[in-house]
Order: sequence, then structure tokens, then C-alpha cells
Amino acid sequence: MADSAAYFDIDIDDGVMKMVAAGDWRARFLKQVDPRLRDFADDTMGRELIIDMTGVERLDTAGAMVLQRTLRACGDRTRISRVVGASAAHEALMEQVKDHLAPCHVTPFHPNAFGAMLERLGKGVAETYIAATQLLSFIGEALAATWRVFTRPSHFRWTSTVHHMEEAGLNAIPIVGLMSFLIGAVVAFMGAKILSLFNAEIFVVELVGISVLREFGVLLTAILIAGRSGSAFTAQIGSMKIREEIDAMRVLGLDPMEVLVLPRVFALVLMLPAIAFIAGILGLVGGALVAAFAMDISIALFLSRFGETIPLTHFWAGLIKAPFFAFVIAIIGCFQGMEVEGSAESLGQRTTLSVVQALFLVIVIDAFFALFYLEIDF
Amino acid sequence: MSTGNDNAKNVIELRGVRTQFDDVVIHDNLDLDVHKGEILGVVGGSGAGKSVLMRAIIGLKRPSAGTVKVFGHNFYEADDEARLSVERRWGVLFQGGALFSSLTVAQNIMAPVREHLHIEGALARDMAALKISMVGLPAEAGAKYPSELSGGMKKRAGLARALALDPELVFLDEPTAGLDPIGAAKFDDLIVNLKESLGLTVFMVTHDLDTLHAACDRVAVLAEHHVIACGPLDEVRRTDHPWVHEYFSGPRGRAALSAKAG
Repeated sequence: MADSAAYFDIDIDDGVMKMVAAGDWRARFLKQVDPRLRDFADDTMGRELIIDMTGVERLDTAGAMVLQRTLRACGDRTRISRVVGASAAHEALMEQVKDHLAPCHVTPFHPNAFGAMLERLGKGVAETYIAATQLLSFIGEALAATWRVFTRPSHFRWTSTVHHMEEAGLNAIPIVGLMSFLIGAVVAFMGAKILSLFNAEIFVVELVGISVLREFGVLLTAILIAGRSGSAFTAQIGSMKIREEIDAMRVLGLDPMEVLVLPRVFALVLMLPAIAFIAGILGLVGGALVAAFAMDISIALFLSRFGETIPLTHFWAGLIKAPFFAFVIAIIGCFQGMEVEGSAESLGQRTTLSVVQALFLVIVIDAFFALFYLEIDF
Repeated sequence: MSTGNDNAKNVIELRGVRTQFDDVVIHDNLDLDVHKGEILGVVGGSGAGKSVLMRAIIGLKRPSAGTVKVFGHNFYEADDEARLSVERRWGVLFQGGALFSSLTVAQNIMAPVREHLHIEGALARDMAALKISMVGLPAEAGAKYPSELSGGMKKRAGLARALALDPELVFLDEPTAGLDPIGAAKFDDLIVNLKESLGLTVFMVTHDLDTLHAACDRVAVLAEHHVIACGPLDEVRRTDHPWVHEYFSGPRGRAALSAKAG
């Protein structure tokens, strides 16, 4: 194929420049010839040119385009510049591309790098502010919709809520339980090492009991649910947004808040405390088993010590946080889903954002609770 | 390549094709030829399997029986290399455009150019600009993302991408659906124009009677699981079949016909 690839020669004939093009001028053979053509066009800017296409065996739109472009660059306005010797089909192709040589932009316009950086920074700040207000107004809308549903219970979507309770709650129990069990065991192991230095192994009961009940059980549950269900909410609602299903709902008089958001929020607010409860128990079981097998603290001893030294407040201190976490995770998941626009890329970005923001807020809320409990001695 | 025969008259050859989804049969014992250099319009009622037929030809829906030959290759039996060589010679315009949403229009067009011809930089940009202009999009559209385009513009952008490699065979799935009549007429002209100047063969699924009149050399009617009539429009219209009769003699069919006569 090498000898049939596109090539050209330049002749000066009677004072008129003549370009003899030959070979296969299809796109796949243009890579080598194109830079040379550009150089040639730059060098001869404005002079008349006749392109002899007698030797051109094959031509496609890309080949016609580069030839036509060269002709255009070389004084297209004069009557002398023209194509000669082209077959009828090639002539038609040259005509076809003639009016379509204007360059186009490939990517949206960007100012210089520094300007672009400033622009991104400014946009980031402004968008954070806008996103915060939008999230607040979304929460407000959700609360208003909740009130509407309370006053007109027939509007509440029971089926959908139960579906999400199963999907986001029940189905998460195995993984959350396993994680919590392992964390309980790990805490007990770590405690065993240090406490044995002081001959105070028995305090492992307090260590496991307080940490699992107050923090780990509920926090781990929230983190797993944010990764598992918050992202799913965003993806579900986001893909509905892309396919205009949300718009369709609105014009049919269905409120997306009632149909999509509230069932998810209610489902999570109801289920997360329940899962956190199970997680807490399994965390304690993990700790108790490690205590029994690695530290000679029998299960019975563990339980009696647990009953004596761990008041019920620790249990409540943990569980009270669960519905707050659930609310934040579900609201952010739905909010980000509603913010998806058009492209698959946007869906991905929003899903990531949903998980990151939900985790961030869960930890922030947890810190607030810790401070609050400290102040009120809970 | 014993099965390959480029000089054959038929670019596409379907013999005894049967497609089904589980036990719902879409096509049964379907034969169809698409000649080199023609525009074939495929019509049929909604659900007659026009799009499925197209998907069966372009390798997205394996028929449960029969043979599909494109450029003389039995596509579903061919090895990877033969498949790739066939795939490079066709372009497909999907119904919604099916543009890659994370790329701009120009990048969408440059994607196959880069992948198959290894052309980058200025030449690739020029090729993209040429295709964008040829399908009637303004130059600014090149830098836009698909989500910023109207339905008609998406179609044009999709066609530009389908034409990126100067294919010999183009599949169009309802190219004029969703376009305004002026835009649709221009699209018809564009396709006829491209067919003549590039020697394209076009397989077009359409509902648009005007397109059938304006653009198609032959028309194939899909009903009752197979092609019930195939030939030039005038011939097909005289076919004695209730669906064909209703299709061409209904108010829209008559209007399109009288517009052509006048």
C-alpha cells in the first residue's frame, strides 16, 4: 500500500504553480501528507495554484477537504486557481466539501491557565454557597411535604416506603452486622493488650460496652448505609432525572418529593436505628467472644459486669443519633440525585458527592452530639 | 478470506433470519438484500421489528437462525479481525444520537478517527469541523456537550460521527423523527447528496413518508415477521396487503404523494 499512499509534487508551468496530486487520498493515508500540505500552503500564501488531480486514485471527504483547503489558502479568489483532471466523482466530492471548511471549536473556550484557575476558585466558592442554600431549601421542601403527607395520609406511599425499607435496611443487615462484630472484636483485642499491663483486664467490658454502644455501632452503620444506600438513591433519582422521568412526574401532577424523596427518607429514618441496634448487639458479641477466648473472662462474667457498670444511658446516647444520621444520608442522596444534569458524567460526580457529603455531615453531627452530651453530662 | 467478496452487488444479505426475545418471535424466515449504492428505506408498524432488524445486522442482536452477511462476511461467524474490518466500513446513527455524553461534539467525531486511523491534532480537528459543517451544524456546536444540544442537533451530530470514517454503508434509525419539516427535508437532501458524492449505501429505518419519496431508491415493508414487499416505491405501493394499502393510502400517505406529484 505504501506506494499508493497520498503524495504530491509541485511544478511551475508558465509562471503558474501547479500541484500534481496522486495516489490514494483517503483519510487513512493523509497523516504524512497533511503537515507538508500545511507548510506548502503557508509558504505560498496568496499565489495562484492549479491542482492536477489526474493521478488521484481514491478520494474521500477528508482528502477532498485537505486539497480544497490548500486551494483556498492559495488565492482562491482568482480565476486561475482551480482543480483540473479530476474524475466526475472526485469533482463532486470537491464540490461537496467546498463550503464546509470553516474550523470549529473542539472544547469550550477557556481563558489562560491563571485566569482559568481563578475562575475555578471563584466558581467553587460561589457554588458551595449556592449548594448550601439549595440543600437548605431542599430540606425545607421535604419538611413541607412531610407536613402535607401528615395532614393527608392517603398521599403517603406505603408500598414504596416498605420497598426501600427492605432494599436499604433489611438487605444491609448482614454486611453491617459482620463489620460491627469484627470492630467489637478488634476493640476488645486492643484493650486486652494494654489493660493486661495494669492487670485490669476486666475493664474490657466497659471499653467494648461504651465504645460500641455510644459510637461504633451507630457510626459504622451510618457510614455503611451512606456508601450503600445514599449512593443508590442518587443514582436512582439521577438516572430518572436524565430520562426526564422527574419532569414527566411534575406535569402529571405527581410531586417528586412525595413520590421519590419522602419514602426514601422515611424508610431510612425508620430502619437505621433498627440496624444500629443490631450492629450494637453484634459488636458486643464480638467483644464478649474475644474476652472469653483470649482473656479468660467468661461470657457470664462479661454479662454480669456489663449489667453492673454500663448504664442504659450509653445505649440511648448512641441510638438517639441514628435517625439524625439517617435523615442526613437520605436527604443528601435524594438532593444530589435531583441535581444531576444531562450526562453520565454528571451522574457519576453527583453520586460521589452524595457519599462524600453524607459522610462528612454524619461525622460533623456525631461531633456535635459528643459535645452536647459532654455539656449535659449524658 | 474465503467468504469475503467485495464486488458483490449486495452489501447486505439476509437469509432466513429469525430473531426472538425469549419466545416472542420478531422476525421469522426473513430475506432481504441491500444493493450497493442504494438508499433502502425500511418501513413497518410500530413494533414490527425495524430497529431490531437493524441491530441484528450491525451485530448487536444475534439472530437465532439464518445468516447475516455484510460486505460478503458472515458477521456472526467471522473472526475478530474480519469483524473489525467490517465495522470500520459502516457508520451507525442511533435513534437518539447515542453521543458520548462526556465528550464534546467535536471530540465525539474525533473519537473513531483517533481510534481507527490514529489521526490526531490539526488534521483530526479539520476532519471534525468538516463533518460538523457537512451535516449542517454551526461551527460553535463543536465545543458543545450533547446535553446542551436540541434533539435535531443531536441527530446531526450523531450522523457526523457516523460519517467520521467515510463509511461505505450507513445505518440510520429514524433519522428524521423529531426534526421539523424543514430540517427533515434538509436531512433528506443531505443523505441523498452524501450518497451520490460518497457512493454510500444507506440502510434507513423510517416512518417518514416524505423521506421515502425524497430519498429512498427502494423500500422494504416489514410486517408479519418478514419482508412482505421490497422494491421501488411505486411498485411497493401497489402491493396487495392491508397494511401497505393503509400506510400509503391513508391521509398522510396521500398528502406526501400529492406533494411529490405537485
